[in-house]
Amino acid sequence: MERKFWLSTLATCNDAHLTSLWEKFGIEVNFTWLRKPEIGSIMCQGKIGVTGNNFNFGEVTITRCQLKTSQGKIGHGYVQGRNKYKAEIVAICDALLQTNKRDFLIKNIIRPLVVSDKNLKKDVMSKSESTAVDFFTLVRGET
Amino acid sequence: MYVAVKGGEKAIENAHNWLSEIRRGDVNVPNLEIDQIKEQLTLSVERVMSEGSLYDTDLAALAIKQSRGDLIEAIFLIRAYRTTLPRFGTSPPIKTEDMVCMRRISATYKDIPGKQKLGPTFDYTHRLLDFSLLAEGNIPKAEKRKVLKEKIPHVLRFLNKEGLIQKEKNNNYQPKDITRNPLEFPANRSERLQSLSRADEGFLLALAYSTQRGYARNHAFVGELRIGYVKVKYNIPELDIEIDIAEIIVTECESVNQFQGSKKTPAQFTRGYGLTFGQLERKAVSMALVDRALRWKEIGEEFVGAPAQDEEFVLSHCDNIQATGFLEHLKLPHYVDFQSELELVRRIRKEYEKNK
Repeated sequence: MERKFWLSTLATCNDAHLTSLWEKFGIEVNFTWLRKPEIGSIMCQGKIGVTGNNFNFGEVTITRCQLKTSQGKIGHGYVQGRNKYKAEIVAICDALLQTNKRDFLIKNIIRPLVVSDKNLKKDVMSKSESTAVDFFTLVRGET
Repeated sequence: MYVAVKGGEKAIENAHNWLSEIRRGDVNVPNLEIDQIKEQLTLSVERVMSEGSLYDTDLAALAIKQSRGDLIEAIFLIRAYRTTLPRFGTSPPIKTEDMVCMRRISATYKDIPGKQKLGPTFDYTHRLLDFSLLAEGNIPKAEKRKVLKEKIPHVLRFLNKEGLIQKEKNNNYQPKDITRNPLEFPANRSERLQSLSRADEGFLLALAYSTQRGYARNHAFVGELRIGYVKVKYNIPELDIEIDIAEIIVTECESVNQFQGSKKTPAQFTRGYGLTFGQLERKAVSMALVDRALRWKEIGEEFVGAPAQDEEFVLSHCDNIQATGFLEHLKLPHYVDFQSELELVRRIRKEYEKNK
């Protein structure tokens, strides 16, 4: 699993879900802050007519932090929203995912988050599918 | 000229205390929770995020509560908060082609790959009050159906392939950020769209409606309207890794408008584009129509003096925070300037009497 993948999963996951998964295992990590959690924004761009030039669409709140564990690993916590505690958990996870704790964390934190997001999207898509207008049925009814 | 006044601190404090009390309402009624606003007044929350130009559902819900449901006041709170945030960077453009769609319709083609999906819409409702919501009404469960194809291609691609619609210009223009650099006229389409995306929904609706009624008519079809989840990407500077940093709900509208042709080029449809935070279809469609009307020059149409064609008029008046700020300042004490006007009128009248 690539770092890009776990950082993406952690940045966009449900806050409460991550917190409960993290707190369940009570992993103790000693670290020092390189950058304490801070709230800011990024400007999100759009593309005119899907294929045209870019334009500035609007901002999204982001929280970021960096820390160094006593093992010397640097963890980056970038998350959507303004939850500083979540950013801290993400940074610690990012640091631990570079150690021999990796398999444990992937199995017990990253995978469950991925599964729950997949289920959420599946739910949206299947509900959306149920509202699909089936013009063919009308035609079939007449003939 | 505005001359400041001093004093009134106690009265102001008391007024604000009463405001807080009245905001709470009858204390025998349960206090409104932010989560309730977030979950049950989603379209208000999304409007506040769109016009506040900041995607954060918690903050928008808080602003709605604080403003007693006055959405423009809530948008004002969000705009004010937004200015305090350090900017960590800019995302590459969101990819609406990868959207997980809740709703996706086309008014131009009946049978389209990815199908017409109505989603959670007010369309086709009878607009009758549902009195069951007064009580604990039964909530019907949303149906589910197996999804066979996940990708939903954009409808206008098919017109594009045949060359029946104008291609979007892409010359890698780097858009200016109107929150950092004041708008200049004539504005580029990128800056126009940033303005329109954070503009007042009512203002855009009225302008779009005016084009439908004949003020710079450009005969619009909704080529496609899609609403759903998209990822926002961000390159982490310390790692040089691009991650999905956020996921947001957006509404996108591509309009297909009046065609045009000349001796040199065969007839082609033209386009307008609308993109908003949240599920704001009325606004996204309005935005596309206004975008199209503002493109008259580039498309080679005549300027007929219609408000929707007038870039300076539209962009200078579409922001409800600018508008309300200037308008509401009229309520503040103007005693000194009014006094001077009063003196002036008295003097003129005196002279008039003398010369009679």
